Amino acid sequence: MSVFRGIAHVYGDNIDTDRIIPGKYTKTLDAQTLAAHVLEDLDPNFASRVRPGDVFVAGYHFGAGSSREQAAIALKVAGISVVIARSFAGIFYRNAINIGLPLVEAPDHAILDGHCVWVDLEQGLVVDETSGCVYRSARMPPVMVAILRAGGLVNYLRQYGDYEMECAAT
Amino acid sequence: MGQTIAEKVVSHHAGRQVMANEIAIVAIDGAMATDATAPLAIKAFREMGGVRLWDPSRVVLVIDHAAPAPNEQVSNLHALMRAFGREMGCVLYDVGEGICHQLMVEYDHVRPGQIILGADSHTPTYGALGAFAMGVGSTDLAAAWLTGKTWLKTPASIKIVLDGTLRTGVSAKDLVLFLVRQIGADGARYQAVEFTGSAIRSLSLASRMTLANMTAEMGALTAFVDLQGLDLPYRFDPIHPDPDAVYSVVYSFNVDHLLPQVAIPHAPSNVVPIDEVAGTPIQMAFIGSCTNSRLEDLRAAAAVLQGRKLAPGVRLIIAPASRQVFMMALQDGTIATLTESGATFITAGCGPCVGTHQGIPGNGENVITSTNRNFRGRMGNPHASIYLASPAVVAASALRGVITDPADVL
Repeated sequence: MSVFRGIAHVYGDNIDTDRIIPGKYTKTLDAQTLAAHVLEDLDPNFASRVRPGDVFVAGYHFGAGSSREQAAIALKVAGISVVIARSFAGIFYRNAINIGLPLVEAPDHAILDGHCVWVDLEQGLVVDETSGCVYRSARMPPVMVAILRAGGLVNYLRQYGDYEMECAAT
Repeated sequence: MGQTIAEKVVSHHAGRQVMANEIAIVAIDGAMATDATAPLAIKAFREMGGVRLWDPSRVVLVIDHAAPAPNEQVSNLHALMRAFGREMGCVLYDVGEGICHQLMVEYDHVRPGQIILGADSHTPTYGALGAFAMGVGSTDLAAAWLTGKTWLKTPASIKIVLDGTLRTGVSAKDLVLFLVRQIGADGARYQAVEFTGSAIRSLSLASRMTLANMTAEMGALTAFVDLQGLDLPYRFDPIHPDPDAVYSVVYSFNVDHLLPQVAIPHAPSNVVPIDEVAGTPIQMAFIGSCTNSRLEDLRAAAAVLQGRKLAPGVRLIIAPASRQVFMMALQDGTIATLTESGATFITAGCGPCVGTHQGIPGNGENVITSTNRNFRGRMGNPHASIYLASPAVVAASALRGVITDPADVL
């Protein structure tokens, strides 16, 4: 689960959850419907252009706003393998981990659209293969690594039945 | 070392001394979900193998985000919630009872010092009652239903000291819009915001809820409003920060000369004093949402509109915070005053604020609203522009047809 490689789709700062998936599309339990409308007001071509394994790259405060987990689900089901941003909004960050969408915070990245990028989550490394630049990210808390490793919080709790104290230790 | 309020509440619930940035597993006191988040939580709960809730009396479901249902798809999700509520024996507030955060406070599901999870980003609202209230997504909430616990990184805290007295016609909404501008959309990201100072003492519970509510627009994890001057119908021990508690930043403001504030499109942090946008034409006005649709908000609008008619071509839609608010406003004549002015009342709930139904603006229209977010597309149409303001400003603008300082019409 820890290494990803794909083509970058680069967007800007403050992309909020209403942009990722507007409220009017969230009233469904069908993940494919969410993916079909992902980011449509920001970039109407995004859903048709994204390929499985692609990398989503954003600026500051990605996922600001609503608690709607549908935003993270829409990105994941559309094919995004990992999201890189300068910073993430708190609820979005947790939601993504909980549904098994890996994230990495790289405050100083200069990744450009179309670049080939790989990410090593365990090492906290982001490498822009096209430009040759390497970025480091803060380490993810152990409890998050454990949830992500299980494939999300549903699988984690199926496996452990409860939160494990040793996973939470810093 | 001294502790902030957040550190004290987390320590109490973790059963050990915890400081900012430490990860802790905490017992929770309550868990709330709405029709925007509960259906996914129910799915996740079943997938986790959940068969019963950790404590049904502490689990609250609220049907408020698209209520009454605008179509059969939403109606079926509501039916799923009702069936789950019956099966699990938890608390369910159905269509028309009101907005989740209002009901959590009205029906005493929140007490000072508790930790409450809400599957809605404006959950920090309960900081008006001194609770550590945090917004989460559906899967986190499902896990809380199952275990009665959650994990969290103990937040660092920002202290905001507010002194002075708000002028007549200037409200908590103006104050918090001003603060969102000062602190920025992610200035309090993943932090607890502590509000204190003499200006808090005279604020009603409703106004304090407005303050705490919009800390979500600063990126905050949770908020605490000093309980001084608050008259609650039960005994409680307020949690005070230690004098040597460590804050990431302390802001001090005197509110004496604050003017009404307006957030201009398309971010709640794009805030300007009203004189910079006064005169901007508006076609739709809305008073509602978990930020500003309580009795004092409806009364503030009625004071502006008393005996007068809305400007031609302007529609004013009002969704009270709850059935109880609606009843009180009926009994004191507020509803009649507003209705005579040309306002339209809709079901107590969240619809227009989230753009799910009832009151979606048209292309190219300007909306002035007492809600909390003006992201592009927020109210259901990405081709409309949303301005955020206090209920008094919304009412004055609906009266004139252009953005108007209530001082100019009162």
